[in-house]
Amino acid sequence: MSNISKAFENGKAFVAFITCGDPDLETTVKAVKAAADNGADLVELGIPFSDPTAEGPVIQGANLRALKGGVTTDKIFDMVKELRKEVTIPLVFMTYANVVFSYGAERFMTNCKEAQIDGIILPDLPFEEKEEFDGICDKYGVDLISLIAPTSAGRIAMIAKEAKGFIYLVSSLGVTGTRSEITTDLSSIVKVIRENTDVPCAIGFGISTPEQAAKMSSISDGAIVGSAIIKILEKHGKDAPKYIGEYVNSMKKAM
Amino acid sequence: MTNTKGRFGVHGGQYIPETLMNAVIELEKAYDHYKNDPEFNMELADLLNEYAGRPSRLYYAEKMTKDLGGAKIYLKREDLNHTGAHKINNVLGQALLAKKMGKTRLIAETGAGQHGVATATAAALMGMECVVFMGEEDTKRQALNVYKMRLLGAEVVPVTSGTATLKDAVSEAMREWTSRIDDTHYCLGSVMGPHPFPTIVRDFQAVISKEIKEQILEKEGRLPDAVLACVGGGSNAIGTFYHFIDDKDVKLIGCEAAGRGIDTFETAATVNTGKIGIFHGMKSYFCQDEYGQIAPVYSISAGLDYPGVGPEHAYLHDIGRAEYVPVTDDEAVDAFEYLSRTEGIIPAIESSHAIAYAMKLAKTMDKDKIIVVTVSGRGDKDCAAIARYRGEDINE
Repeated sequence: MSNISKAFENGKAFVAFITCGDPDLETTVKAVKAAADNGADLVELGIPFSDPTAEGPVIQGANLRALKGGVTTDKIFDMVKELRKEVTIPLVFMTYANVVFSYGAERFMTNCKEAQIDGIILPDLPFEEKEEFDGICDKYGVDLISLIAPTSAGRIAMIAKEAKGFIYLVSSLGVTGTRSEITTDLSSIVKVIRENTDVPCAIGFGISTPEQAAKMSSISDGAIVGSAIIKILEKHGKDAPKYIGEYVNSMKKAM
Repeated sequence: MTNTKGRFGVHGGQYIPETLMNAVIELEKAYDHYKNDPEFNMELADLLNEYAGRPSRLYYAEKMTKDLGGAKIYLKREDLNHTGAHKINNVLGQALLAKKMGKTRLIAETGAGQHGVATATAAALMGMECVVFMGEEDTKRQALNVYKMRLLGAEVVPVTSGTATLKDAVSEAMREWTSRIDDTHYCLGSVMGPHPFPTIVRDFQAVISKEIKEQILEKEGRLPDAVLACVGGGSNAIGTFYHFIDDKDVKLIGCEAAGRGIDTFETAATVNTGKIGIFHGMKSYFCQDEYGQIAPVYSISAGLDYPGVGPEHAYLHDIGRAEYVPVTDDEAVDAFEYLSRTEGIIPAIESSHAIAYAMKLAKTMDKDKIIVVTVSGRGDKDCAAIARYRGEDINE
């Protein structure tokens, strides 16, 4: 049984995304703790990439700030090991295929296991290419998270049947970033997912308000929020953890 | 060579967001259908011949040959195509395909602006909407091409993210495609990106080597000893190589932009300095650091200023079929001036990289040897920048 399932045992799951090293790793540790203490059920830790093609301007900015600050994959593994002394909720990495590939997939997953990372999201690794890493992920008990998009017609069952950890349902076309409205017919996608797997399904992309979180989690198992949290980091820098705690609290309460 | 997932050896593949998967599957199906459709091929041949001016000339550069005193040098004159470069070959094919697929809007990335101008041209001709993404840095380096694209009815979006050059323009075009797929075709400009793009673009550019083969057999009664082309993403190079890949006696030489030298960080010579990675939808060679962060590359040529190379080139390198050599800014600029003075042909600074290596190579070969160099584009767009490089400030 995947450790990630624990995130879905406490009602609807609130999933927070935080880019590691924005503005520095000390702040990341505090931000993750603040999120966990205020009801986040799972945290996605972003390993920054120079060219994050699935991200909108907000998370692109966080990636560049973090890299400018000198963050590396090794420093992030060290940080997670520290973080694990206090944080017990499931943690997953979110990064790009080249970060894992260039590090060496086996070495990367060995370190994930050591740091008790429960899963990994790679937005540029679709179903057709997952064999690049899934064998090694399985070997070290790291769930390779599958994404399903509004344009996945005819592919949902195929992806859901092999999904592990949780399914990341992308709410809208385009890249990450807050949206005033989400118009995709997500209920019918969730229905097909449910028919094909028991793996929980959380919705992300464009969610920023408690109302949106409530609505999205009502039709799925949870809501994923990234850009709205990164905006708090962008605005408050080292002081952001306090505000992130407050924000996560308000979101979780609404769900 | 290509398997069902578009592999060239270990390279290639489809490393893209799930959101785009159905779009590339739809594109692959449409291409597989139309590439064997006689009507499609007749329409495309008509566009290439009547509109773009094909076949392009294979010109014997007699003065250059005599001056260098070695191998006989032929120039494949892609610079004489409509819009001034080889880019139009691919664009007309993709635009026609997109139209058959019911798409009404083309988006494209551009570096030097040649692919952007070609896409804007095809969009104007076929009555399609067009948006071109161009690094802000490049919109300044290539202001004339920005004007041309707008004149042709395209919208030009300056990209400010990252290094504000070609790779960022590709990233932004991919982001745009994930947000609008239904009516939009991403007209990728090189033999890169996710499958099926490297195959589609190669097939549309293969007309270059098809013609070279016919023309050289007619002129010389035999195949050349070497064919040369510059390599950024590698579309004119793969076009130049393709029909010679099985002719093992023909050397295939790709000329990469070494910038200020392959022992410096200011280089874009991917095969010579990069390592294998996954980026922009493909597995191939990329300039990157030890953690896989893509390197900010440099070349005097905005068209070769890209940190990756097409997956088929990576494969041809792996199996030793093609050779990839570095050419510096200085050597390219010298060649730019040399060809202008010697043959009265002003080559694009991109193509000048191939000319530069040909100048070195020809001298080492006997007079009965033959080399063909593809002049991928004309150099009008580069005159102001080269003048500046030589310390002369001129107004465009």
